[in-house]
Amino acid sequence: MNGRFLLLLARTLLKGPRSIATPAMDQDSIVQLGANLAERAHAKLGRSLRIREVDAGSCNGCELELQALNGPVYDLERFGISFVASPRHADVILVTGPVSANMAEALKRTYDAAPHPKWVVAVGDCAHNGGCFAGSYAVLNGAQSVVPVDLTIPGCPPEPEKLLAALLALLDKTATGE
Amino acid sequence: MLGNVTLMEFLGGFKAVAHHRPWPRFVIDERAWKELIHQLSVSDWSLLGIWGDGSEVHAAFRDDEADPEAVAIATLHCPERKFPSLSEVRPGAIRLERTLRDLWGITPVGLKDDRPWLDHGRAPTAPLSLHKGPKPERPHAYQFLPVEGEALHQIPVGPVHAGIIEPGHFRFTCAGETVVRLEERLGYTHKGVEGLMAGKPIMEAAKIAGRISGDSTVAYALAFARAVEAASAQDAPPRAHWLRALMAELERIANHLLDIGAICNDAAFAIMLAHALTLREKVMRAASFCFGHRLMMDKIIPGGVATDLTREGAFTLRVLVSKLHVEFERLVDLYDDQPSLQDRTVGTGIVKSELAHRFGAGGFVARASSRAGDARLSPGYAPYDQLDLTTPLLQAGDVSARLWVRIEEVRASLSLLEQILGFMPGGSHLRPIPTRGGEGMSLVEGFRGEILMWVRLSEVGKVVRCHPRDPSWFQWPLLEAAIEGNIVADFPLCNKSFNCSYSGVDL
Repeated sequence: MNGRFLLLLARTLLKGPRSIATPAMDQDSIVQLGANLAERAHAKLGRSLRIREVDAGSCNGCELELQALNGPVYDLERFGISFVASPRHADVILVTGPVSANMAEALKRTYDAAPHPKWVVAVGDCAHNGGCFAGSYAVLNGAQSVVPVDLTIPGCPPEPEKLLAALLALLDKTATGE
Repeated sequence: MLGNVTLMEFLGGFKAVAHHRPWPRFVIDERAWKELIHQLSVSDWSLLGIWGDGSEVHAAFRDDEADPEAVAIATLHCPERKFPSLSEVRPGAIRLERTLRDLWGITPVGLKDDRPWLDHGRAPTAPLSLHKGPKPERPHAYQFLPVEGEALHQIPVGPVHAGIIEPGHFRFTCAGETVVRLEERLGYTHKGVEGLMAGKPIMEAAKIAGRISGDSTVAYALAFARAVEAASAQDAPPRAHWLRALMAELERIANHLLDIGAICNDAAFAIMLAHALTLREKVMRAASFCFGHRLMMDKIIPGGVATDLTREGAFTLRVLVSKLHVEFERLVDLYDDQPSLQDRTVGTGIVKSELAHRFGAGGFVARASSRAGDARLSPGYAPYDQLDLTTPLLQAGDVSARLWVRIEEVRASLSLLEQILGFMPGGSHLRPIPTRGGEGMSLVEGFRGEILMWVRLSEVGKVVRCHPRDPSWFQWPLLEAAIEGNIVADFPLCNKSFNCSYSGVDL
């Protein structure tokens, strides 16, 4: 038993923890939020955010990296941020995909179902402006066409660390109200 | 002669189209098309896909009985914008034909289901045809199939689901806790990829191909590259084939790891997912280090690969493989040591072998139900002909079998990675594609199963028409059958064990 404990201790000391260290808040996101949240900045939520993710026609690449946030390596929950099943419990509607014509109404209704105050995060190049699907007869070229976007996290798909850094910036803005 | 004719004997008498590679495409008349339907009713020829193209309909087949490498396309010209449906003899064609009707305005005569599929009435009608119509005033009201019986109730789910997953609608009809019928309604992520790819330069179209189903970006990019290379009659350099296989096996391992973890997570065994995600992250980071992108998006391109593997990259992968060998087996032991977990997976969501055959399914869904087939081996492509690979085959057809097929496939892929790293030839990794017209088709084994990609190139090197057929087309319908008689609570488990692509079939 003692031997096993020493082995575990040695391994942990040598390799460090499984989770990555807290990334610095994303500066671009802070600037973007500063501009977008001006009017709603006085709404203070405390250091906690609940996110309802809506795939509005993504290729599912963004979903893979968002799922990684829930894993032990990125462990989103240690920061007070988590994904929830219902928009009724959400502070944030997180949109991926270019917004297909067939998902536009579902996205709008999900947004409407979330209580105020609420924020919209567009994840990935598609949710930003349609990405490589822009101009198709079947898409609306980004989340902005259906819901008001507060924060865009570009990338195809954005890496988990980048997602984390941007969400931490959002957490900070909504907590301090500055 | 009934049933004794091979696919090639049957189609060989017709005119083959010039510059269609590597398999022939034959133009047949309506009488021959009807005879083809009759032949299908007495043969085992697999339907690989059916898609529209102007006023033509193409259907691809493989003669599994005579020679699995015998692949051919039959083309029917439909000036009256209708064709005899294949759905009676190949039920896998039902949703593909509904899609063909939605996108091209060509009517499958004899198709019993006259409801639209991808067309929700929220975009122009027949968007890919010259007879494109305006967007309807209001969306279609979708009629679900009627279910009759005492004390039945319905549970509608979606399109927005509870987790971080793709959108789709599931309509359950239940008697108490037992699912009597599940009906799927998909098409929510329809992005019009076929319309977008038409007219694009090859490299731009390749980016779209890599985003048809993001989790299979490597497999799709590979399928597109191989189809383009076939159409322009120029092979990629040998080293490129090996690098492509390297990426494809990394993608397979990464996806299977997530699936194995996620299936167990849906049976309240979250620790499996935690371990699996940790292992998966190692694969993603190695991919990022070696190729510059965690999912290896846009790294396989027509002509070869975009990034060569450095010496440091190869070393990183060797370390990764040796670590995974040990750590993955620990994960397998963890699963294997939990009777309470297996109590959920064994006997749940059974797909009968006969049904897997009838729908022409592939991938782990088929291999867990005694239906063999792996595009890497047959018809096969480089470098797998030089590698030692066996595909698992199980009989039970339940969640547990689909999980074990994945476990065996991870083991096989780890062995493939070792072989590839050991024997990869040197030389160039890219040979630019000549500007040349032609038609090409490829069959590539993604982690879900066989992807078909068909492409026509113009003389100036642009994509005229491209059709991708995801393996999930032939797996989604089986999920409806698998859940029948199971309890509602086991649906997430069954669904995850299929892990069908929404984006891949929504196009």
